[in-house]
This record gives sequence, C-alpha cells and structure tokens, in this order.
Amino acid sequence: MLETARQYRRNEKSPVEETRAFLEKIRRDPFNAFITIDEAGAIRDAQAAEENLKSPEAGALTGIPVAIKDNICTRGVRTTCASKILSDFVPTYDATVVKRLKDQGAVILGKTNLDEFAMGSTTTSSLAGPTRNPLDPSRTPGGSSGGSGAAVAAGLCAGALGSDTGGSIRMPASFCGITGLKPTYGSVSRYGLVAFASSLDQIGPMAPTARDAAVLFDAIKGHDPLDSTSVPRDYGPTDLDGIDLKDLRIGVPEEFFGEGLNPEVKAAVRSGIETLEDMGARVVEIGLPHVRYGVAVYYIVATAEASSNLARYDGVRYGLRARDVRELGDMYARTRAGGFGDEVRRRIMLGTYALSAGYYDAYYRKASQVRTLIAEDFRRAFSLCDIIAGPTTPVTAFRLDEMIDDPLSLYLLDIYTIPANLAGLPAISIPCGFDSLGLPVGMQLMAPHFREDLLLGAGISFQERTACHREGP
Amino acid sequence: MKAYDTVIGLEVHAQLLTRTKIFCGCSTRSGLPPNTNTCPVCTGMPGVLPVLNRKVVDFGIMLGLATGCRIAPRCIFARKNYFYPDLPKGYQITQYEHPLCEGGTIRIETGQGVKRIGITRIHMEEDAGKTIHDEKAPYSYVDYNRAGVPLLEIVSEPEITSTDEAVAYLRELRQILMYLGICDGNMEEGSLRCDANVSVKPAGSSRYGTRTELKNMNSFRNVQKALEYEIERHIGIRESGHEVVQETLLWDPSRGVTVSMRSKEESHDYRYFPEPDLVPVEIGEAWIDGLRSGLPELPFARRKRFSGQYGLPAYDAGVLTQTKALADYYEEGVRLLDRPKEISNWIMTEVMRILNEKGIPITGLNVSPAMLTGLIALIGGGSISGSMAKDVFAEMAATGDSAESIVERRGIGQISDETELLSLAREIIDAHPDEARRYRSGKAGLLGFFVGKLMKATRGEANPKLASKIMKELLEG
Amino acid sequence: MQDLIYISIDQHGVEGALRKDVKITDDQILHVADLALIRLDDDEVRGLRSQLDKILGYMDILAVVDTTGVAPTHHPLPLVNAMRDDHGQGCQDLDDVLRNAPQHEDGYIVVPRVIGKGMRENA
Repeated sequence: MLETARQYRRNEKSPVEETRAFLEKIRRDPFNAFITIDEAGAIRDAQAAEENLKSPEAGALTGIPVAIKDNICTRGVRTTCASKILSDFVPTYDATVVKRLKDQGAVILGKTNLDEFAMGSTTTSSLAGPTRNPLDPSRTPGGSSGGSGAAVAAGLCAGALGSDTGGSIRMPASFCGITGLKPTYGSVSRYGLVAFASSLDQIGPMAPTARDAAVLFDAIKGHDPLDSTSVPRDYGPTDLDGIDLKDLRIGVPEEFFGEGLNPEVKAAVRSGIETLEDMGARVVEIGLPHVRYGVAVYYIVATAEASSNLARYDGVRYGLRARDVRELGDMYARTRAGGFGDEVRRRIMLGTYALSAGYYDAYYRKASQVRTLIAEDFRRAFSLCDIIAGPTTPVTAFRLDEMIDDPLSLYLLDIYTIPANLAGLPAISIPCGFDSLGLPVGMQLMAPHFREDLLLGAGISFQERTACHREGP
Repeated sequence: MKAYDTVIGLEVHAQLLTRTKIFCGCSTRSGLPPNTNTCPVCTGMPGVLPVLNRKVVDFGIMLGLATGCRIAPRCIFARKNYFYPDLPKGYQITQYEHPLCEGGTIRIETGQGVKRIGITRIHMEEDAGKTIHDEKAPYSYVDYNRAGVPLLEIVSEPEITSTDEAVAYLRELRQILMYLGICDGNMEEGSLRCDANVSVKPAGSSRYGTRTELKNMNSFRNVQKALEYEIERHIGIRESGHEVVQETLLWDPSRGVTVSMRSKEESHDYRYFPEPDLVPVEIGEAWIDGLRSGLPELPFARRKRFSGQYGLPAYDAGVLTQTKALADYYEEGVRLLDRPKEISNWIMTEVMRILNEKGIPITGLNVSPAMLTGLIALIGGGSISGSMAKDVFAEMAATGDSAESIVERRGIGQISDETELLSLAREIIDAHPDEARRYRSGKAGLLGFFVGKLMKATRGEANPKLASKIMKELLEG
Repeated sequence: MQDLIYISIDQHGVEGALRKDVKITDDQILHVADLALIRLDDDEVRGLRSQLDKILGYMDILAVVDTTGVAPTHHPLPLVNAMRDDHGQGCQDLDDVLRNAPQHEDGYIVVPRVIGKGMRENA
C-alpha cells in the first residue's frame, strides 16, 4: 500500500489504471468476495485522485483502492448486510469511516460479502451466496468479514474494512492468511456501521500486512461526535517501522492452549511466540480464569442487543415489505419471517428470550456480570504483561461441505476472539505458520485499551522477520 | 352504597422547549409538512446513532429541583422494545433503572387546603412520530416529524384521592413547567399529555383495588370527566358484586366513556435493557448548582408571597401568578407605583378582559406595566375619572399609545374649573326647586341626585369630588 | 472439524452443558416469536426449540459463577457524558426520507392499516 502510494507520486503508476486493474480482477473474481461493485464510483474516485496527487497535500490513501464490508453504509451505494431484508437499501449517508477514507483520497471499489448481518463465522449465510477461501476455494474464508478477507487475500483490493463483534475480522484474517485488527472499542466510530451488537461491534482494517493495516487504521481512527461511545483522546499516528520487542512481556494464558485447540494450530502459534522471544520478548505465564465463560456470555449479550437492533427492520420505512398483507401485524410478522435468514432469526429469538420477563436476571444480567469478571481478568493480566498471545481460532479453514449444521459448535469457533470484544480490548491476528495442509494459522495478540501501537508494531516487526504473511499454501 | 376511597396516580409527558430533538440535530418545531423535519437518526435508518442533547438533561434537572427531587449523580438510558409504525427503531430510548430524578413533591391547593403529592420519578425519553388512520382506506399514514422530540415523564405517587386533586396536581405541574420555561403546557396540541392509574377501595381499607390505566385525556376538562367516569365505573362494578378488570382504557371524549384498549394478558413485555449506544450521564454538584441559581421563584411560593407582601386575597394572588409573565408584569407595576391593590384590580378586570378577548398572553399586550401605572396615576391625580380610564385603557391596548397622549389627543380631562361647574350647578338647582327644598329641610341623601345631574351635564367629565363639593356649598349656602 | 468442536464443548462446558432437561418449550418459542414479531411455521418452531434448548443448556455454565456483588458491564469502556449542544445542522430532504420507503404518499410513509389493538404504547 505504501509502495503503491510512492509509485503514484513517482508517476510510475496511475490511480485510474490501478483501479481499472483491480476492477478487472474483481469482475473475474471466482471467490464471490463482493456483493456490489461500484465501478463508476471507483473510477470517479480514481480520477479525482489523479488530480489530487498533483497537490503536495494529497491524503495518505490517495488513489489506493479499498473494499468495504457491506454492513458499513456508503452514500448512494447499496448496503445490504447480505440480507434479503435490506437487499435494495441505499443509504443517504456515509459511515464516518467511509467519509474518512474518502477524505484521505481512497478509492472505494465496492462492498464485500459477509454472513447476514455479520452473524456467523463462515460467510455462508449471505443472500449473495457463500464466499470461498482464495487459498482453497473448497474452504470457507471464515467470517463474518469473509468477503473482505478473501478480497485482500486474492489481491482484489489493497486493503479492506471489516467489522468485528466476536472475531469477525480476526477469524477470516486467520483463515485467509492476512492481517486483521479489531481496534479498542471506541477508537473507531461506529456511525454508519449497521449495528449487530452495539457494545461489542468495532470496525477495523484487514490488509496483506500489519503495516498496511496500520495505515488503514490511522485513516479511520479517532473521536467522532456522532458516536457517543467514541472515545475522545489524542490518537497519535502509528509508528510504521515497528517496535523493538526487547523486554516486551508476552503473556501466554494456559486457557488459550487447552484441549479444544487443534494440535497443528497450537504448534504454529507456539512457534510464533518463540519467534517473538527470539526477537527479545519475554514470555510470562498468565491466567484468565473467566474466559472459559466467554462464549456463553457473548451469545447472550450479543443476541440480546441484536434482538433490539434488528427491530427496525419492519418493512415500514425501508427494505423488504411482505406483499399482499391484510393488516399491519401481518405485514410485520411476514416481512420479518421472510426477510431474515435462519441464523439471524435464531439469534433474534435467543436474544429476545434472554431479555424477556422472568429470564432477564438469569441470562442478560448474569452474563453482563460475568462480562465484568472477564474484563477484570484482563486488567490483572496486563499488570503482569504488555501483550497477550495465543491462537486466533481453534482450527484452520475448514471445507464448506464439512460444515456441520449445529449452531452451538460454530459458536465455539469464536472462543479465543470473543474475550477481546467483551473487554473492549484491541486484538490483531497475524499469520504465524501453516498446518499440514498448508492452510494459514493466525496468531492473536491482545493489548490494553488503546495500545494498538503495540499490536501493530509487534506485527510489523514480526512480519519483517518472518515470511508467513507472504506465503501461500 | 358503601363509601369508597379513590386512589389516582398520574403519568405526565411534557414535551420540552429545546431547539433540537433529544438525539439528533433536527428542529422540534411542529406544524411542518410530513417527514420534512427528520434525519437518518430520528427515522431509525440502519447504522445511525443517538447523541444526547445536553439541554434535555438541564431541563430535567430544573424540574427535579423545582419539585424537590433527588437528582441522580449518575443516570442511564434504556431501550423499551415494542413495535409500532411511528416508533422508527422498534424501541423507544427512555430511562428505566437509574432515572434522572426521584422522590420529590408537588404542593397543591384545593378546597380541602394544601396537600403534598409525591413525585416517584422524572425521566427523559424520546417522543414517537404520529400515525394517521384513514377509516376509508386500508392504510395508515406515518409522519416522523415528532419522532425524537424530547419528553420528560413525570410519575406521581398514587396519593391523589379525588378528581379535584388530580386536576389541581396537573395544573400545578403545568404551571411549574411553564415557569421554568421548559414546556409550553399546551394540552390540546399534545405538548402536555396525561395518563392516569385509577382504583377504588372501601373507605379506610389499606388494600388497593384493581387499577385501570387511562389514556388520551387531552385537556383539563377531559381529565376531570374521564376520571369521574372511571371512578364511577369502578364503584358500579364493585357495587354489582363484580371485579374490576386490570386493563388499559382510552377516554373517548365524544361519547364520554372509557373504552378498553388492551387487557393485562395483552400487556407488553418491553424487555428493557441499558441502551448500549449511549453512555451514562454523571451529574456533579457544579452542574446542579449552576441550574439551581437560575431557577425562578415557583408558582406556589409566589402565590403565598403575593398574598402576604401585597395583601391580596388568595384568589387574586392565584390569578396574578397564573403565568410567570403575568406575575412579573404585576410586580413590575408595583415597583413603579406602590398601589398593589389598585394594580391588581386593573389586571384582574381590564387587562384580563383584553387578554381573553384577544386570546393573547400578557407578553402580547400593547400596554406595558409602566403604561398601566401611568394610567392609574392619572386617575389618582384626579385628571380623569375611573369610567373614563376604562375607555382610555381600551384605546391604549388597541393603539399602544400612552394614557397621557390619549387623554391629551381626545381633549378629555376632568372639568376642574370651578366657575364653569358653579354656573352649571346653579342651573340644575334652579331647574329642580322641589328637590332643593327637600334637601334643605334635611333630606341629605338627595345630594347624590344633584351631583349625578351635574356629572351628566358634563358628560362625566367633571371631577366627581369637586362636583360634590360645589353642589353641597350651593345647596347649603 | 466436528470432533474438534465437540472436544471444546466438553472442555469448556463444565457441568451443566448440554444437559438433558428441557430449557424451553414450544409455547415459549411461540411467545418469543410473538415478541420478536417473526411468524414461524410448526417445523420452524420445533427446529428452533431444539436448537435453543441446546444453546440455553450450554449457557447454564454461567450459573456456577459467583457474581455476588459484581456490577454488570454494559459498556466496555467507562465513558460518561457524551453530549451535544442544543443546535443542529438541519434536516434531510424529503426525497432522502422517502427514497427507500416501500410505499409513500404526499410525504407520508404508508403502511397497511393498523388493526390489532394493543400494539400501541404512547397515545
């Protein structure tokens, strides 16, 4: 990304040519990474970029072609959330992150595929059909930001935005062999991100390298007065040269290396940690006793919030409306029954139940309390270490035809990624090796609030030392 | 028939006079074409987020202070989940646990004296839009202009024991809201809306009866009539040996009855939970003190002071303090001219008549307090008579001119020229020899007859005191 | 893949996970579907019941956690007082409001007639 920017400035490449090349690749995309391609808009952006590049004040991303997950609103460009209920929805506003990318001169190629309303870990529940893993098209790219993950891995864009509620950036990053950052809750505006679970959702970058992810992160982060949960503070630029790992204390929680972990994933992550040690870091044993409850807490809190967030899809003001209805109640019930897919309906039902009279205390309130205990585990752990390292997912990308029809089993794929969302912590997935099939393994690093500099810095330094992020299977 | 005690609790929704909506920058103005006063936030478009208007919290704290509530050091918003077309997000942002204010009182005065009604809580929330039903078409029409207008919900304790008290409570609360300048108090237009919980129990019993909830009472008259109807209905049911059913009822003002809206079984499970898109509001002493120091004197206190300080009857004090502006008008007058009773009389009669005729508030009156006291001073100085002053006042109100300039322009002014009055008086006595004789033989009451003739002869322009003095001297002299 | 996932359930499930007793009935499913306003046919009710039953069984692992005196977390960061001043940037064009509306007339959003009583809270 930085190299392309340099080439633009040396007139060795032109944004319009670069954009046309990407669009041509996207048109021939066999992985179904995109839901909507905005060719006209992208060319227009690229032409503007060519003009702007003549000015010394051109933004860092001028002419860089990026892709946006299709649950992030783009003015005038269809935003579907991969759902039938929003299949025709055209926002009249840009999400703050989109506005910031545009302000920096980025070219937006289109909108990438996802699990419906970002609820899933396989990018299979989309109205637009499943996305395939570019490293092995018989396999899932992970989810829910699988379209962004596949687009980056297949070289269909220079970088992409995803959203992460329980691992939806990190998991596809891990499965696709790229770098994905879930920022600190509140460091990137959620304005314009179609809400799944408001207290957990966060937009973040997905890119071929940690350095590119840092460039994208710097472009989108910062306080936004339109998002009350956005944190006002001084967000300095990330040091793109990486950090010195000497004496960095790396906490390794035993809870992340238990029996559920695929031994090959375990081995690759262990070797990643050893590399960090070779670079001067010190490994510290830490305990996170309550993270074992993370999945249960998450699937109560996230579905409860989702059941309310998705109430607005009622066929009244926008989106799908059931036809030939007798009266309003009929219209509501049939619109929502027909507009939402199975997994979304399941989660709305689960969340509605968890908030309903008589069950609130046992489920929603209890889960919110255990959430506190999980956050406290991390607070204690970060008094002993600077970053925490472990696997991103318990397994590598699995075959689409092997997928089991059991929601709970799929929920447990999020077991290592969920705790960062519950505690609002930043977490990154970087490629750290391969399994015996040559599929990439992601290593997850987590840091205290607002210490993305440590994660991206460690990622950049790690990637200077290793080649995992450049190798295919 | 047995005696029953009535138990009423009121829930009042007050639309706030902020410039913008509670969670977005749209205006709070009403009366605009449908859906022109909206944005992605107040129409619940995907991905948008609410940001709290600080002024709404200010107004809530002010009402809390005015009613003696505890202001929460930390309060939070919650979502109330239900579906209706004019509720754009499928939930209303309101407060549930940890509301803004709790535990206050409002003092009311009825024929039974002064009573304190407890305030359970005051909380902030957003209004919904409006749905218009077309009886002839299979459609309803939705307008979101009102969606997101800020409301305070004021919940009373079930301590109201009659319809009179309920109306007095509502009037007092309305007056407080208007004194604070945070609500225009217009019930007909829905800026102030009232729901009631009603139950009856055998006199003296400590066990509450089954309650019903009443909605859609959009005037004081409707509140009074609906409550009276509902209380009678409850008593009637109990007298006939049946049980009151817990339900929500709508007042139908055209038929004068309450109509069932939903039963307890149909009651909603709103699934309240803390609003994740909004952060808690922490209210420190400095914030509260800043607002407290700006609070006006409140209606109850001002009424009491008017009675004491100016020696006014309770009724007059009540009328003069109806609105803050009227009370301010009165006090400005008294400051300029120390005749509180006279100024009160003028306001209670002539000023109020003009206001009622024109349907304007005191702030719309052409006559400033200085102009009114100028007029009163002219009467006191003997320049014009009281009856003439009323004409002058009407002209002041019509033209906005001062009393002095009207008197001068119209060439009116009392005849204080003794010579002129003397000759007129002699003519009158000469024309009525019988009456003059009877007066001189001791029928003193006939003086009024002669003074009246003199006043008539001068078309009322004679100074009445002077006219009387001259007549007396001539008749006795 | 399947094996791996079941290993992790066993590991993280502790006692109570995948319990055999019924957590949720068909009637409850119908009640929740009513609250969520999603129409379900009989097959869907049965399917959801068995899935939610299993998921809720797993949630039981929370019951063993001692949360006495623990404050619930509703926001991952301790932010307070995010507010704006009482002035605005004005509203959107009517065309923007209606652009995505399935049906509109004279500026109003049109919906099928409201028949069912009791759907309404604030009159």
